[in-house]
Amino acid sequence: MPEFNNLRNRVAVVGVGTTAYGSFPETDEYGLAAEAFRNALEDCKLDKSKIDGLLTCRIPSYSRMGEVLGLDPRWTITLPGHGRMSGMGLIEATIALATGQANYVALLYANIGRSRRVFYGGDESPGYWDPWGFTSPGAGHAMMFRRHMELYGTNTRQLAEVSVAFREHARLNPMAVMKAPMTIDDHEASRPIVTPLRLLDYCLINDGAVCLILTTKERAADLVKPPVLVSGFGGREAYCTASIENFQFDFWYDQVSASANDAFAMADVGVKDVDALMCYDNFSPTVLFSLEGLGFCERGEGGAFVEGGALKLGGRLPTNTDGGHLSNSYMQGWALNVEAVRQLRGECGARQIPDCEVITYAQATPCTRVIVYTRA
Amino acid sequence: MDRDQAPQPQDVYRKPLPVITPLNKPFWDYALQSVFALQFCARCGDAHLPPSPVCPKCLSEDQSWKPASGRGTLESWADFHRAYWDGFKEELPYRTCLVKLDEGPLIISNLIGDDAKTKIGARLRVTFERVTEEIAIPKFVLD
Repeated sequence: MPEFNNLRNRVAVVGVGTTAYGSFPETDEYGLAAEAFRNALEDCKLDKSKIDGLLTCRIPSYSRMGEVLGLDPRWTITLPGHGRMSGMGLIEATIALATGQANYVALLYANIGRSRRVFYGGDESPGYWDPWGFTSPGAGHAMMFRRHMELYGTNTRQLAEVSVAFREHARLNPMAVMKAPMTIDDHEASRPIVTPLRLLDYCLINDGAVCLILTTKERAADLVKPPVLVSGFGGREAYCTASIENFQFDFWYDQVSASANDAFAMADVGVKDVDALMCYDNFSPTVLFSLEGLGFCERGEGGAFVEGGALKLGGRLPTNTDGGHLSNSYMQGWALNVEAVRQLRGECGARQIPDCEVITYAQATPCTRVIVYTRA
Repeated sequence: MDRDQAPQPQDVYRKPLPVITPLNKPFWDYALQSVFALQFCARCGDAHLPPSPVCPKCLSEDQSWKPASGRGTLESWADFHRAYWDGFKEELPYRTCLVKLDEGPLIISNLIGDDAKTKIGARLRVTFERVTEEIAIPKFVLD
């Protein structure tokens, strides 16, 4: 048992705040993050003066952020704007709180990629394989999914199940960006980008911000919302083929599997106890890879697992009930953690999972993380 | 984003060229001679690509470039239907591939060959496309 297992249920998410999602060229990261921060404080009725830990992600300057919010914390971490930092940030904040480095940590994420017209490929993000025309994070996932198709017989109609399920959830989420109905045939007919992936396998690019406020379990009892406990976590990196962006030869299977083993053991739950999955979905194939690594199905059987709407509300494993990155909002994992909290509190209205007690967040990425949340 | 739409002379190469550094220069120097070379560790023999200032296995600084087999197996491929650079617009869709070289490292390249034989595990060999006076780009064909 790793020593960090004694951090089980020591820290809780007590406040969550989000902005509207869309295109907001009139503001910037600081304006968006400030709105999410205000909403999170309001959510738990915490006085701003209590915040003594600050974590920023994809925000240009942590000190300017502190200036905007009028904060002089005693603990700060800043994380780059990569789509794999949310899990890392939540774990670091948990450790800081459990070890008394801070009493209340605000985690702030803002993304203004839509207004700044970020494309994620070509000259904007130079890479080693540019002379061969290989660029963009989606290309790494296309390469992995073709491999998965060849090795296991997975097909794109199975991949469509992921996008279709999440779109159905987004249609139940008033905040979601994409609400047009989608069928498997719509997915198959959408514009090819880097095949085997098509437009509807790609996440959105939108502006918005997210804030989570964490504190210790004891302090959480004094706040208004039911605390959601950080019950388990685990992580593994995969850097040894980092020049091929967003790619791992074996679909991050070993990383996800080891992270899940650690997280489930720490939380003392099993795969069968999980009521819902919040799964990093920058591109739809990642969801299949995550399901296999997490142990919801056998290796190579992610495609078969998702058939027939298994990921939809009421299905075998409701996943990304807010619509995920594919249809709700591209908040790089942060909004998925907020959705986990809202589901466990029972605040999700039309998309609420009944009797929801255990939710797993997973990011199958070069920095793989798995977090288990439970209701206190 | 609109670039100059004026016709370009046929002999101007408009796709991205490699960024030559002291570390990777031998790769491109060999390529210009139609030789596919890899960086090898003089201490433990590990072959690596992209090149590295130290051996990723044993951390030795004693690295040297040697001609390699230029052969490998096809591990995957992906077809670009979107041009992230204007220079690729003319040849959409174009095929990129993932090759496991016989010496061990993975390389991303372009695959030349017919669809029917494009299968995981297919044997490939290198070929060079001379694109400018200074640069020849290694690509792979079905063996």
